[in-house]
Amino acid sequence: MKPKNQRLVLVAAAIAAVLAAVLLAMWGLRDRASYFYTPADIAGGQAPAGQAMRLGGMVEEGSIKHLPDGVTIRFVVTDGKARTPVVYRGIVPDLFREGTGAVAEGRLENGTFVADTILAKHDERYMPPQLGNLAAEHKAGQTLEK
Amino acid sequence: MIAETGLAALWLAAGLAALQFLLMILALRSGAEVARAMRSIALVQGVLTLVAFVMLLVVFARSDMSVALVFENSSVVKPFIYKVAGAWGNHEGSMLMWVTILAVAGAFLAVLAHRTGERTLLAALGAQALLALGFYAFLLFASNPFARLWPPPPDGQGLNPLLQDPGLAFHPPTLYLGYVGLSVAFSLAVGALLTGEVDSRLGRAMRPWVLGAWLLLTLGITAGSYWAYYELGWGGYWFWDPVENASLMPWLAATALLHSINVLAARGALKAWTMMLAVIAFSMSMVGTFLVRSGILTSVHAFAIDPERGTFLLALLAIYVGAAFVLFAVRGANLKEGAPFELVSRESGLVINNLFLTVILGVVFVGTLYPLFAEAVSGEKMSVGTPYFNAVAGPLALLLAALVGVGPLLAWRRERRPVLKKLTVPALLGATALAITIILAPQIHILPRLGFAVAAYLAAASILPLIGRNPLRAPLATWGMVVAHFGIAVALTGMAANSAFTTERLAIANPGDVLSVGPWQVQLESVTPAAGKNWTAIQAQLRATRGSGIVTLAPQMRYFSDPPMETNESAIASFWNGQLYTVVGRQDVSGAWQLRLWWKPFVTLIWAGGGLIALGGALALFGRIWMLFRRRSRAAEWRTERYA
Repeated sequence: MKPKNQRLVLVAAAIAAVLAAVLLAMWGLRDRASYFYTPADIAGGQAPAGQAMRLGGMVEEGSIKHLPDGVTIRFVVTDGKARTPVVYRGIVPDLFREGTGAVAEGRLENGTFVADTILAKHDERYMPPQLGNLAAEHKAGQTLEK
Repeated sequence: MIAETGLAALWLAAGLAALQFLLMILALRSGAEVARAMRSIALVQGVLTLVAFVMLLVVFARSDMSVALVFENSSVVKPFIYKVAGAWGNHEGSMLMWVTILAVAGAFLAVLAHRTGERTLLAALGAQALLALGFYAFLLFASNPFARLWPPPPDGQGLNPLLQDPGLAFHPPTLYLGYVGLSVAFSLAVGALLTGEVDSRLGRAMRPWVLGAWLLLTLGITAGSYWAYYELGWGGYWFWDPVENASLMPWLAATALLHSINVLAARGALKAWTMMLAVIAFSMSMVGTFLVRSGILTSVHAFAIDPERGTFLLALLAIYVGAAFVLFAVRGANLKEGAPFELVSRESGLVINNLFLTVILGVVFVGTLYPLFAEAVSGEKMSVGTPYFNAVAGPLALLLAALVGVGPLLAWRRERRPVLKKLTVPALLGATALAITIILAPQIHILPRLGFAVAAYLAAASILPLIGRNPLRAPLATWGMVVAHFGIAVALTGMAANSAFTTERLAIANPGDVLSVGPWQVQLESVTPAAGKNWTAIQAQLRATRGSGIVTLAPQMRYFSDPPMETNESAIASFWNGQLYTVVGRQDVSGAWQLRLWWKPFVTLIWAGGGLIALGGALALFGRIWMLFRRRSRAAEWRTERYA
């Protein structure tokens, strides 16, 4: 191959690779991205049932219930406007407690959120960005109540 | 005084970086004789940042609470090693470490590089200084690690206990050395584009840096993966967390660069291509830094949310990456064409390797950044996780692993021999593995099944370059390649086995109860309290047996007081054929304890494979440096003889 043609082939290959990557990614994202919803979204019927998604909010005070099998818990996630019941089988993460922010991954089944994974905030200063405002509102609300 | 010394050293270093950059412009414009001055400046700048970094270590080691950073991230009762390691377990400290490595790498480049043209080296030193300058500005104006508090509080707020682990002490520095080591390849590429001296000499000068950085990235990622595996107590080794991807993306780019640079060094081909990859590799390091340090991510690693810092970093990223790309666009087309090669040749094989790695890098990049992009544009909140990455990147990686067996067999320039014939035995092994998994484990998913087949084939194919010759006389670089490629097969086996055959048991147990998981019978003997320097814990005593022999395990649930936090300390028993992984959870209302048990056959092969890949890199690096040393001493002999 002549050096000049060789360069053209290489440039074409590089462009093809980048295009292939973008197309593949778009195809992959179409049904594999999980969207983030709040309890208000779910109450408003915006969240499709049965599809992988994330639910974020505050764990409602006094809502954690342990089921008799010892490893399943039920609790309620709230964003101040609506409440969504969650069921989770597993050992809850280290920082999961009532009154703190949490993000659950899973799907909606008959109005209950079945969580596969629960992510709690990981240290005092860390808060999922999606919950940042929520937590501030929540705190403000608590102060007002007091 | 110590903190002020550190701060002053930083300001001085920043001033020197500015001077170094100006000298570079002067040298390239008018050909002024500033080479020696620039080398010394780069050296002093490296020493000064090192001084600043050591000062930070000292204030952390002494728990000097009058320094705001120490107050926020340390406490008096912490074990000593975590006090010191805490210096880089936070935003400011880790950025200082980043800058220190950048400047020290620049100093090494100034002192050690003799193989590139003088002008290219000067241009590269200027580029390195400009890089450092931006990050000095970031430290001094937006993330000062030495800010004081008055009056000094008696005790600090403590360090996130998750980070209180030997893994923390070594994982970030290793990764950072890898990230920032790539800056030298970037600067050399920028320098060569400026002077137009892109040739095999540049390739040979750049290669040890790329090898070293890649080796450390490999080690850092492998260690980080094991850390996440045992410390988070979730039993997984890779979560496709954006921060993990932030380290994977530079690694993918560096892997591509590592292969294409051989073409440049050996054949003087793929010039523009290699320069592009060198620019992309360090750009990915900066993207990674931006993702982790700007705080825009929901992640274990994201330290603080501060839009000002994020914007600052984003601006730096845009300026550097943008400028490098513009330079490439202007100068890349003017580069002389490289040496020609035919369609079937080692060069083509490496181009295909590069194309695959680029596509994988592309899909990981899009998957990692798309959620941020979507939220910024449409306000839609979403996350992209394991299903996407496994489905899109998994098959590509398998295909690439299959091709890894072919490439090293091809000759440079053109291959006329029937190479595929050599692959008969490996292909048969792969087919056998496939047949065995179909017969013995008909229920497993397609991806791990193909994983086993490709691994069996690659394990055999990877050692072919040593067959048919005296392996002891093969160059170390060849050995390195063989070991690294074999490591891919080993890691692949571990991943496939983990995904196909892991068994899990989640239940509650009272002392005396027996739970079974895989081939194991695990008895909960007792649950007792335990304590460490800054934590208390409940500890479960487990007795595990599978027919003969008894293993005891003691997983803990730890409670830290400052900051208040609980962590699951898993207990893991390793065997030649797998790991028994145990976690203890909370006490149920009935008084029974939650236990989560996994039997993970051959999971350790994942990290063993990662280690082999890194070892291969180390062998190649050692081999290259050895050759260089020999060549230099031989040249010296030749000169003395000639002039004697």
